[in-house]
Amino acid sequence: MDLTTKYLGLSLAHPFMPGASPLVDDLDVVLQLEDAGASAIVMHSLFEEQIIRQRYGFASLAQAHGEAHAEALSYFPTPEEFALGPDRYLERLRRIKNRVDLPVIGSLNGTTSEGWLEYARLIEQAGADALELNFYHVATDPLEDGAAVERHLFDIVAVLRESIGIPLAVKLSPFYSSLPNLVTRLAALGASGIVLFNRFYQADINPEELEVEPRLRLSDSSDLLLRLRWLAILAGPFHGSMAVSGGVHEPIDAVKAIMAGADAVQIVSALLRNGPKHLTHIRRGFEQWAEEHDYTSIDQMRDSMSLERCPDPHAFERGNYLRILQSWQPPDPSLVRDAKPRRR
Amino acid sequence: MASVTLDGNEACATVAYQLSDVIAIYPITPSSGMAELADAWAAALRPNAWGMVPTVVEMQSEGGAAGAVHGALQGGGLATTFTASQGLLLMIPNMFKIAGELTPTVFHVSARAVATHALSIFGDHSDVMAVRSTGFAMLSSSSVQEAQDLALIAHAATLESRVPFLHFFDGFRTSHEIAKIETVDDAVVRGMMDAPFVDAHRARGLTPDRPVVRGTAQNPDVFFQNREAVNTHYASTPALVKKAMSRFASLTGRSYGLFRYHGAADAERVVVIMGSGAETLEAVVDALGPGARIGVLTVKLYRPFSIPDFVAALPSTVQAIAVLDRTKEPGAVGEPLYQDVATALTEAVSDGAAPFGRMPRIIGGRYGLGSKEFSPAMAKAVFDELAKPSPKRHFTVGIVDDVTGTSLSVDEHFEIEPAGSVRAMFYGLGADGTVGANKNSIKIIGEETTNGAQAYFVYDSKKSGAITISHLRFGPAPIRAPYLISRASFVGCHQYSFLERYDVLAQAETGGVFLLNAPYASDQVWDELPFEVQDRIIEKKLRFYVIDAYAVAKAAGMGNRINTIMQTCFFAISGVLPREEAIDRIKHTIEKTYAKRGAAVIQQNFEAVDATLAHLHQVAVPGSPTASRRLPPPVPDAAPDFVKRVTGVMLANQGDRLPVSAFPIDGTWPTGTAKWEKRNIASEIPVWDEALCIQCNKCALVCPHAAIRVKVYEPDRLHGAPETFKSVRYKGPDLSGSYTVQVAPEDCTGCNLCVAMCPAKDKSNPRHKALDMMPQPPLRDAERANYEFFLDLPEVDRALVGHDVKSTQLLEPLFEYSGACAGCGETPYIKLVTQLFGDRAVIANATGCSSIYGGNLPTTPYTTNKQGRGPAWANSLFEDNAEFGFGLRLAVDQHERRALARLRALAPLLPAPLVENLTSIDQGTEQGIQAQREAVEALRGWLSEILTKESVGVRADAARELATIADYLVKKSVWIFGGDGWAYDIGYGGLDHVLASGANVNVLVLDTEVYSNTGGQQSKATPMAAAAKFASAGKTGAKKDLGLMAMAYGHVYVAQVAFGAKDSQTLKALIEAESYPGPSLVIAYSHCIAHGYDMGHGIEHQKLAVDSGYWPLYRYDPRRAGPGEAKLTIDSASPKADVKTLMANEARFQITEQQDPDRYRGLVARVKQQIDGRLKLYEELARVQN
Repeated sequence: MDLTTKYLGLSLAHPFMPGASPLVDDLDVVLQLEDAGASAIVMHSLFEEQIIRQRYGFASLAQAHGEAHAEALSYFPTPEEFALGPDRYLERLRRIKNRVDLPVIGSLNGTTSEGWLEYARLIEQAGADALELNFYHVATDPLEDGAAVERHLFDIVAVLRESIGIPLAVKLSPFYSSLPNLVTRLAALGASGIVLFNRFYQADINPEELEVEPRLRLSDSSDLLLRLRWLAILAGPFHGSMAVSGGVHEPIDAVKAIMAGADAVQIVSALLRNGPKHLTHIRRGFEQWAEEHDYTSIDQMRDSMSLERCPDPHAFERGNYLRILQSWQPPDPSLVRDAKPRRR
Repeated sequence: MASVTLDGNEACATVAYQLSDVIAIYPITPSSGMAELADAWAAALRPNAWGMVPTVVEMQSEGGAAGAVHGALQGGGLATTFTASQGLLLMIPNMFKIAGELTPTVFHVSARAVATHALSIFGDHSDVMAVRSTGFAMLSSSSVQEAQDLALIAHAATLESRVPFLHFFDGFRTSHEIAKIETVDDAVVRGMMDAPFVDAHRARGLTPDRPVVRGTAQNPDVFFQNREAVNTHYASTPALVKKAMSRFASLTGRSYGLFRYHGAADAERVVVIMGSGAETLEAVVDALGPGARIGVLTVKLYRPFSIPDFVAALPSTVQAIAVLDRTKEPGAVGEPLYQDVATALTEAVSDGAAPFGRMPRIIGGRYGLGSKEFSPAMAKAVFDELAKPSPKRHFTVGIVDDVTGTSLSVDEHFEIEPAGSVRAMFYGLGADGTVGANKNSIKIIGEETTNGAQAYFVYDSKKSGAITISHLRFGPAPIRAPYLISRASFVGCHQYSFLERYDVLAQAETGGVFLLNAPYASDQVWDELPFEVQDRIIEKKLRFYVIDAYAVAKAAGMGNRINTIMQTCFFAISGVLPREEAIDRIKHTIEKTYAKRGAAVIQQNFEAVDATLAHLHQVAVPGSPTASRRLPPPVPDAAPDFVKRVTGVMLANQGDRLPVSAFPIDGTWPTGTAKWEKRNIASEIPVWDEALCIQCNKCALVCPHAAIRVKVYEPDRLHGAPETFKSVRYKGPDLSGSYTVQVAPEDCTGCNLCVAMCPAKDKSNPRHKALDMMPQPPLRDAERANYEFFLDLPEVDRALVGHDVKSTQLLEPLFEYSGACAGCGETPYIKLVTQLFGDRAVIANATGCSSIYGGNLPTTPYTTNKQGRGPAWANSLFEDNAEFGFGLRLAVDQHERRALARLRALAPLLPAPLVENLTSIDQGTEQGIQAQREAVEALRGWLSEILTKESVGVRADAARELATIADYLVKKSVWIFGGDGWAYDIGYGGLDHVLASGANVNVLVLDTEVYSNTGGQQSKATPMAAAAKFASAGKTGAKKDLGLMAMAYGHVYVAQVAFGAKDSQTLKALIEAESYPGPSLVIAYSHCIAHGYDMGHGIEHQKLAVDSGYWPLYRYDPRRAGPGEAKLTIDSASPKADVKTLMANEARFQITEQQDPDRYRGLVARVKQQIDGRLKLYEELARVQN
């Protein structure tokens, strides 16, 4: 079976690759991923905060108390040779490029159009074959309307498009009023692809300490459903590449994602849980399933279940909603009867 | 040859580094900078003149460094060291050896005062003069240029002469002055080295291939003669130094002599001096002109002292000579240089070898001790004295000696600032970027223009809220002015609050420029100024500019960093360079400085520069002052006489004006003076919500400055309370009444530790806690009144207070408002000790942070309770603190034994129950202590009665004696405080000995894991993977396990504590340690600015350190000797956090990672292994039962 696919203009041996994650921080693991048959490597994201913090963070902490007391004009050595976090990121990218024979996709994560975007160019210079922008914006300001949030994203994409020559993918959250409109405008600005979706690190509440605590929850196959819907919907209006990210854990998940329209399948949680070899399991399982079902190529499968082509498009639209609601039965009707309106 | 601007330390170290194979170092101010540079260069693999990277090694003390140098020299290596003051004294034994063995080396010394009645980190020659008999040649530099040039000459001369050299220059004045100098390039350095002499030295190295023996023991038959065998080398040394100087002159064009004469060829009055003061004298000679017939003779080669060269350097017309010594030798005929000059002239004149027939009159004076300013006016006073018919034979200059009348009167109006120069003074807050920006300006002007440039910085004694005063000179001619600016053409005040505390315009010249950073608009600022400041501005016709730099910085996204902004203002209005050119140069420097940090940072700084120019405004100054507000006195009227008369003057930065009579004669200083200095350095202070408070008192426990306190009192005491005074019913087991948590608004440093520690959150709005930080200014007046009312509330009865964290915080702290850093991790331990035992504590304090915030004047934070009792505190040295505390214990024990003996002798005259009580009360509890104090009071009554009956005789003598020592019948608590540099390194030998002795002393090690006070050099307490100075790349070795080593004795109480992680365990350990009747060692985790994070997070880091197993908590109590008991108890739970998280949030580890991430990863893995291994070992030990 022909597993080759095109993603962001890159010709890949197959669609399966590790998504942006700390896995690639260790070169050994990168080599294991290559051995496991990854078709590309997506770098761990370089965060805007990381860039900003490195600019002032430890340097300013190290200098915070200097030049104040006659005995101690400083408190830290000032090595002549040092690499800040972002520089190390570029170095790691270079090293990965040198060691593996795969396309490497850099990843930047941020929301403002401040100076951190200069790193896109540096990532390109360090040898990245493409760049993934993870626009991780949590709107908390009531004065910022939806259009402003989108404008913000467009501004960044425009700046990036101008500063780099390599293909650009935008990793999105599902929380937009109209994703089809958004992605077509992104395409018009020059985005070559989209990645659906980023998973917000969601904070948990510690009720004992009255603290908010960050929590990392790995995805599972149930996270795929949201992505399938939007892959299917966007496959028509969006003419660039699409990658699925989040919820692909088993070969059958990958089959569904491709059918919904994905050109590439990014896997993180399953690899974190099961190790790099799991990538082989997914690729082989996918291939086996496809052959068993007489598919001869990825192209044949891709988009087959998109909104435009699937037998029952309503299932992806509001009809889907109705059907699920109607199929639901309360386990104990008294629960519904006795429920009181919530006080606000 | 290029021009560079650098300080004296760097100028000297550059040469020393190039000419050394081995550099053994140890931190000591003001020489640390040389060692730090050498270490950093070696870490960066910079080669020496022979293409090799020198080995730079930190030792455990200067004694160790000298030993290592001696060894390296005997091994045929070229070795050097850098030191000063006490450090040089520790090198003396090796110096005698090195010289006795005719071993070429150069020790570079930034000369500093030796501690006498007090420690002084500042410059004078008392250290170098103390080693003049070691046999080292002594070569003195007077300027930054010379610190480089004479360093090279010394290295050359020592190799040929084989006589070791001490090359010295004035600490701070030269070591820290930044000046524009001509460098020596590599060719010059090589040109000064004669390969045969280098080879000869190397060939003398001990090797089994050509074995010899050195260091024999000699007997009366030969020692003397053998000692004289070196004479020819000393005799030839002056000539060899001259030879090296003339070679240097031929290579560089800069010529030096053994003595430098400057002045009129027909001078009648000549001053002889060494060090930087020479340049001041020369400037005065030039200013007064040839008609004054005066001159200066500067001694360069002090040892061996060449009489012919000295006499030849003097003008034949000289009639009177004043010799200035920067040291004091009490009881001597005169100070050392004076004596040498007098002897040299006597010999020369009596031998007929002098160019003048008649012996000139010679007088001698002391100047400049402990960096006392030596100004042109003082220099002139010396010449004036020489002109008098009967000058003072021995004098002082620069002080007012109203006791023995030694001082010369000085015309304060005399000054010689050159016309056409820009003289700028900047008042900044420590670490606000002022000094850094000024260093930057000096580089811009010094290195990018043809102007001369000079900078010198005066720092405060405080570690938080400290003032820095920068003195910068620029001008078309080279600047040789090693004295503070007396007439400033520009004054910049970068902190508005300084206007209330210091006379910042005192040195401003008429018509000068005054730049003020103020939180007011240009049309408002005038009305905000106090009367005195307005008056100064008008009187001096100052051009007055204002900028709200913090607002500009904030708007530019630069937070609190105002350095670029204030620097831009300076260049815009000082006229030092054409404005446009200056701005271009600033921008160019910004590009260079921030190149590594990316274009965005550069752009941000550029924007700040532009915004600055838009927000800098000249203020219209009216014809007369309009303000009615006057400046408050430096200390309130209620302060004791001494505080008003002495401390207050020092606080106003006017201490130079205090006469000798103002001071105690022996360094004894009153305690409890910190309370009179209200520093108001917190922008925000904690505000208490009494309804939410759960009364845990942890805020009081963690406060480093005793600026938040708690009290329980009778409700009727609230009568007359200020309106905003808060109070709530106390909830506690032992006491009842009203309860208040009160902040000292003017003493708080705003560190946030109390708020971070506060566990009481509002359930419906957890962001609000029982303590929230709020802006200080609007709260200041009300809270000041509240705090005064609070202090007047009665203290709790100590006997009623339990041994838990909550209760003990009701005890009065007897350590308050120190100058420690905001958020200091050491002082909460000290404060707790004073709460528990302060009224009967004697404290020996090793030199270091704790001795600086504990005893650095103007104010003293140790204080007394209402009964007048409190900690008695003393600092001896750095290295001897355990022994010093041990000695205090021995004396206390002797007093106690003597008191008991006299009590027994007088027993027949005393009531038997009283004697019984005095000898049997269990003083292990507070109740017991109180009972004993009462018994002692009763005893005093009886003793008076005995003395009224019998005034002579053995029993009367015993009664009189006992009356003086009866207080020793109350148990004294002897504490030994110090940091890890002391306990792990320099003082370890003594500490080990004292612990072994079994003496009842309590050792508190404030472990910051680094030499904090001298600026973050590694100690043996520094953890693996942490970057510190002398371990720039990150320490490879493990932290020494001091606790385990002490436990090995078996009889030492040992505890490891971290108050931020488990305060109850800290408390328990301190109480157990104190009660243990033998040696106790408490090792206390102390978060520190040298760890590199915001100290407001100190508590979190302590928790993480314990939770990750990085800092296990334990107590080892030899008293747990019963069956089935284990001496070691581990008090922290099994690790539940990852040490990586701790390390990722501290700059000390991140600097290591930034240099080599792969190596860092390996080190982190090893740290984890160590943590596991240590915990396993402790767990095994904790299982060892009796």
